[in-house]
Amino acid sequence: MRFDSALGLESKRGPLATTGKILVYSVMVLVFTGPLVGLLVSAFSKTLDPTSFSLWPDEFTLENFTQAADKNVYLYLFNSFVVVGFGLALQMVVSVFAAYSLARKKFRGMTFVLLIMLATMMLPEEIIAIPLSLVLADLPLIHANLIDTYAGMILPVGAWGFSILVMTEFMKEVPVELEEAARIDGAGELRTFFTIILPLCKPALGAIGVFGFTMIWDQYLLPLIVANESSHWTLPIALRSLRSDEEVGIGILLAASLLALLPSVIAFLAFQRQFMRGLTSGAVKG
Amino acid sequence: MTTTLARPPQRTEPRRRPSTGRWRGTAVAWLFLAPALILFLYFKFIPMFEGLRMSFFKVQPFLGDEWVGLDNYRTIMSDDAFVSAVWHSVLLAVGTTVGSLVLGLALALLIEGPARYLWFVRTAAFLPVVTTMAAVAEVWRIMYHPGDTGLINSILGWVAIDPQPFLASEDTSLWSIMGMSIWRGTPYDMMIFLAGLVGIDRTLYEAAAVDGASTWSRLRHITLPALRPVFWILFTLAAIRGLRVFVEVYVLTNGGPNGSSEVLMTLIYKLGFQRSELGIAAAGGIVLFVATLVLTVAVQLMRRRQAA
Repeated sequence: MRFDSALGLESKRGPLATTGKILVYSVMVLVFTGPLVGLLVSAFSKTLDPTSFSLWPDEFTLENFTQAADKNVYLYLFNSFVVVGFGLALQMVVSVFAAYSLARKKFRGMTFVLLIMLATMMLPEEIIAIPLSLVLADLPLIHANLIDTYAGMILPVGAWGFSILVMTEFMKEVPVELEEAARIDGAGELRTFFTIILPLCKPALGAIGVFGFTMIWDQYLLPLIVANESSHWTLPIALRSLRSDEEVGIGILLAASLLALLPSVIAFLAFQRQFMRGLTSGAVKG
Repeated sequence: MTTTLARPPQRTEPRRRPSTGRWRGTAVAWLFLAPALILFLYFKFIPMFEGLRMSFFKVQPFLGDEWVGLDNYRTIMSDDAFVSAVWHSVLLAVGTTVGSLVLGLALALLIEGPARYLWFVRTAAFLPVVTTMAAVAEVWRIMYHPGDTGLINSILGWVAIDPQPFLASEDTSLWSIMGMSIWRGTPYDMMIFLAGLVGIDRTLYEAAAVDGASTWSRLRHITLPALRPVFWILFTLAAIRGLRVFVEVYVLTNGGPNGSSEVLMTLIYKLGFQRSELGIAAAGGIVLFVATLVLTVAVQLMRRRQAA
């Protein structure tokens, strides 16, 4: 008798139970990955029919990807990479700096700052979309116009409460004695930070990196507001305009959708452990 | 830090610094926080207050804004399209939340066990969560093709169900969007439940087995009570995310056909960026914010009452 699961299924052995389990798992995998596998297969298939989309390869071809070039798909992909590259770099630097203060310092106004962080997490960006578009068109005090610029898509994702809080939780774990020792050895603030704290936070950097990547790559409303000109479109918002093509049907759309999907899937598979750990800890902490 | 009595009094606490150092520490702390605070100020708080201000004005770029008081709010509250969009948002949020929770829990119970054998199943099942919404929505749009050649209709055809119109009909458009959202939300809930299941005390199950309790009473009296905190977490997250659904609807139907799947956010987007009714759109945003806040607080209050 086994007691290691709620249903106690482990206790049931025999060919019937095993077959049942394998059947359940197969259906699960099929349902959750089916659409994605179908996309993968169809993107490399020759297809003219705007409705055909199947799990069976038709006739292998790279045509969809070559024709996608004429529709600027690779320009949109490039834009996406520019935004995610610079955006993630900025986000990680900002998160690490802010976390250092919140985790290692005691100062007046700390509670207030933590409240601000939580407030931003409670405030979905959808709510501020309309005023944000006006703010981006004319930044207060600076009077710069960020509409149709990369900066307009990069700066707003630079600070992310979730990322800061995950990093803060992690940095609190670093023993205070190490910091003390560094100070006694005469290391300054920056040096302590870069040589003691940061190297010990490597695992957390992976976690906020993969979460940040997914979050920025999945941005939709922000590029929709910022990029009026198609030359600044990112791949996710460009998909809608690729819906059907007289000559190639949905081939280009499928190729572009696959290109839009792959980076986040690869990021997830590469950093799976950090992702899962961050997911459960982040969710439990709200 | 706790100071115990056993500690010699002359030792100061490790985090204490001499007073000059402490002042310097504060300055350094704010300096390290500055980038985050400036970005938050510019791209979260200024837009938030700007939105609140705009909601009381008739916003006219180049002409100057005109104070209209609560007119914008009156306009949206009395607008049928807005009211039905609120209902659609609520329906979509509740349907997606409940569907994902129930399915997520069922699957979590089914695949609970040694992760060694199941890592592949878990990874595969989790993929929908991390994939880009816009691309996934395009794929579902194609799968939902209303004719009998559409993928889902072909599958339905095997079990002799007539082709459904899915996104193309006013009666089924919202349900079809919900179907995709549940597909994407279930694995996430499943993972959180799995994490919760790990923490349950095995001896309870052992005791239940000794008492000869049925599987159902095991679930009812051991598993579900232990998962209660997880339920609340997922409900809170759903409350924050639920009403703001945008991309799914925008890509799949853009609110159509005939407004049958119009949600709050797609309507606000249309008002703001297509009809240039910026003041009214801003008021809609504020209403959405208040609704989200009320919902979140309500969930937390229920949680407190449950715990008491």
